[in-house]
Amino acid sequence: MALATQTPSEARARSLRVRLIPYIDRFGILLLVLLMLAIGTITQPDVFLTWRNLSNIPGQNAANAALAIGMFVVIVTAGIDLSVGSVLVLAMMTTAVLARAQALPPILLVFVPILVGIGVGLFNGLGLTVLRLPHPFIVTLGTLNIARGLANLISGGVPISGLPSEVRFLGNGVIPIGDVQIPVSLVVIAVLYVGFWVFLQYTRTGRHLYAIGGNPQAARVSGINVERTLVLAYVLCGATAGLAGLLVAGRTNSGFPNAGIGAELDAISAVIIGGASFFGGRGSVLGVLAGVLVIGLLRNILNLNDVQVFWQQVLIGLVIILAVFIDVLRRRAGSASD
Amino acid sequence: MSLETRTPVIEARRICKYFGAVTALEDVSLKLYPGEVLGVVGDNGAGKSTLMKILAGLYPPSSGEILVEGKLVRFNSPKDARDMGIEMVYQDLALAGNMRIDENIFLGREWVRRIGPFKFVDNAASLRHAQEHLNKLKIEVKSVRQRVEELSGGQRQAVAIARATAFDAKVVIMDEPTAALAVKEVRKVLDLIKDLKQHGIGVILISHRLDDIFYVCDRVMALFHGRNFAEAPLAETNRNEVIGWIMGNKSPVAQAAKIFDLN
Ligand SMILES: Nc1ncnc2c1ncn2[C@@H]1O[C@H](COP(=O)(O)OP(=O)(O)OP(=O)(O)O)[C@@H](O)[C@H]1O
Ligand SMILES: [Mg+2]
Repeated sequence: MALATQTPSEARARSLRVRLIPYIDRFGILLLVLLMLAIGTITQPDVFLTWRNLSNIPGQNAANAALAIGMFVVIVTAGIDLSVGSVLVLAMMTTAVLARAQALPPILLVFVPILVGIGVGLFNGLGLTVLRLPHPFIVTLGTLNIARGLANLISGGVPISGLPSEVRFLGNGVIPIGDVQIPVSLVVIAVLYVGFWVFLQYTRTGRHLYAIGGNPQAARVSGINVERTLVLAYVLCGATAGLAGLLVAGRTNSGFPNAGIGAELDAISAVIIGGASFFGGRGSVLGVLAGVLVIGLLRNILNLNDVQVFWQQVLIGLVIILAVFIDVLRRRAGSASD
Repeated sequence: MSLETRTPVIEARRICKYFGAVTALEDVSLKLYPGEVLGVVGDNGAGKSTLMKILAGLYPPSSGEILVEGKLVRFNSPKDARDMGIEMVYQDLALAGNMRIDENIFLGREWVRRIGPFKFVDNAASLRHAQEHLNKLKIEVKSVRQRVEELSGGQRQAVAIARATAFDAKVVIMDEPTAALAVKEVRKVLDLIKDLKQHGIGVILISHRLDDIFYVCDRVMALFHGRNFAEAPLAETNRNEVIGWIMGNKSPVAQAAKIFDLN
C-alpha cells in the first residue's frame, strides 16, 4: 500500500506540506497586497509611498471595510446581503434628518445609524428564518429597494449638509501623534476587525457561523440554534452597514441620497477576493482586510496614474475573476497532492 | 430474567408522523432498556430514520409520547435530546466538512475558557480531548486538526460516532452506520457497539445488513409501511424470519402481536 512504500523523509516532507497548506490558504492573499504596493511604488515612486497619499487610503476605504466585514459574516453562513448599500444611505439620511431637526443631542445621534442598520438586519434575518423566504437573495433584494426608498422619503430625495462635529468625528476626525495625524476611521476599522476576528475565531457563536456555512444540518443536529445564529449574522451585517453610513456622513459632512449605490458589490468583491467561498464556511477576517486593500490600492494606483474610471471598473472585474481562479487552482493542487 | 420490571431508558408510545399528505409513521411504539442493543429493520421508506429523528429531537412527532427513564419528555430541538443523553449518528453523518475533526466532535458543546465575563473557545483543550476520546474508541487519524472533508468515508463515520459518544450518552442511535464501510471497519463499529453496551448504554442500530443485526443485537424489531410489524429477542428468531418481516410476511411462529404488548 501507499504508506508502506513511503520513506520516513518522504513522509516528513509530505506532512510539512500538509502543515504549510493552511498557511498558504491564510496568507496567500497578502502576497497580492504586496504586489499592489510594489506596482504602486514602481509606477509612481515620488507620490505613492508619501504619507499624504497613504493617509488618504483609510478614509477612502473605511466604509467599504465596514461593509465588507459584515458581508463576510453573512457569506460565511453561505448567505448574501444585497441591502447593505441601501442600509448605508438610510442610516446616513436618518441621521442627517434628525440632526437638521435637532431632535436628539448630537452625542446620541452617533448611535442612530447603527440602530437603523440593526433594524434592517433584523428584518432581513427574520425574513429568512421566520417567513422562510427561500434564499437571502430575495429578502435582501427586497430591503435593498425598501431602505433606499425610505431614505428618499424621509429626506425628500435631496442632500442635507452640515452635521454636528460629534457625528463627523468617526468618519473625519484625526488623532495627532507627534507629526502624523492618525485618521480616526483607521482606528475604527482596526478595532472593528480585531473584534470580528476574535468573535469569529474564538467564540462559540463565531464557530457556529462557520459550521452553519459548512453544513447547516450538522449544526442543527448538534443542537445549535441555526435560526437564531443566522438572524445574528444579518443583524451584524446591518450594524456594520449602519456604521459605514456614519463614516461616509462624517467624511462628507452630509447626507446625500445617492450614497452607497452599488456598495454591496464592492463589499462582496472584497470578501471574495479575500478568499471567502460563496458556498459558505470558508474565509478569514485577515483575507477580507486584504480584499478591501486590494480594491482600495488598485483604485488609488489607477487614480495616481490617471487611468480613466471606466477602466478601473474593468480591472476590478478582472481582479475578482483572477483572485477566485487562483483560489480554484490552489485548491485543485491541494487536493491532488493529498 | 424479566425485562418488564426495569424502566426503559427510552420509550416511544404510539408515535404518528405525517409529512403533509404522507404518513411516515402510524402508532409506532418502541422500548429500549439500558445496556440493550435493539436492531431496527425494515424496507426502504419503512420509517426507520423518521422514528429515530423523532427520538433524537430533530422532528416533533405529530402525535404520541416519548419517555426518558420513565418520565414524559418533549424535545423542541436536538439540543433538548442531547441534554438528556440521547445521541444519534445520522445516516448522512451530518458533519461540517470545513471544520476540524475536534470541532466536529464537540460541535454545539465546545470547550471554553472564561476570561473575565467572556467565554472563548479553548482549542488546546478541544484538540486534546478529541485525541483522547478517539484513542479510547481505538480510532486512528493522522491528526485531529484535519478538516473532515479530507477524511475517508470510514474515518468520517468514526468522527460521527465519536461525536455521539463524547459525552455521557444514555442512548446512542445509529442509522446505518456500516452502510459505507469496508469489512474491517464494519467489525470495528460493531465491536464499539458491544463496548457501549458493556458500559450500560442503550443502543439502537438500524441496518439492512442482517449480519450486523445478528452479531450485536439483543432484540430486533421490524417496521413495515410506517407501522410496528414484528419484534423478538434475537435468540427466538432467525434470519429467514427477519427477512420475511422486512418484506411484510409474518410466519405463524413469531406471533408478533402477542410479543409486542404495550402494557
Ligand atoms: N422530510 C420529509 N418530508 C417528506 N417526507 C418524508 C420526509 N422524511 C421522510 N419522508 C417519508 O417518510 C417515509 C419514511 O422515510 P424514512 O427515511 O424514515 O425511511 P427509512 O426506513 O429510513 O428508509 P431507508 O432504509 O431508505 O433509509 C418515506 O415515505 C419518506 O418519503
Ligand atoms: Mg433511513
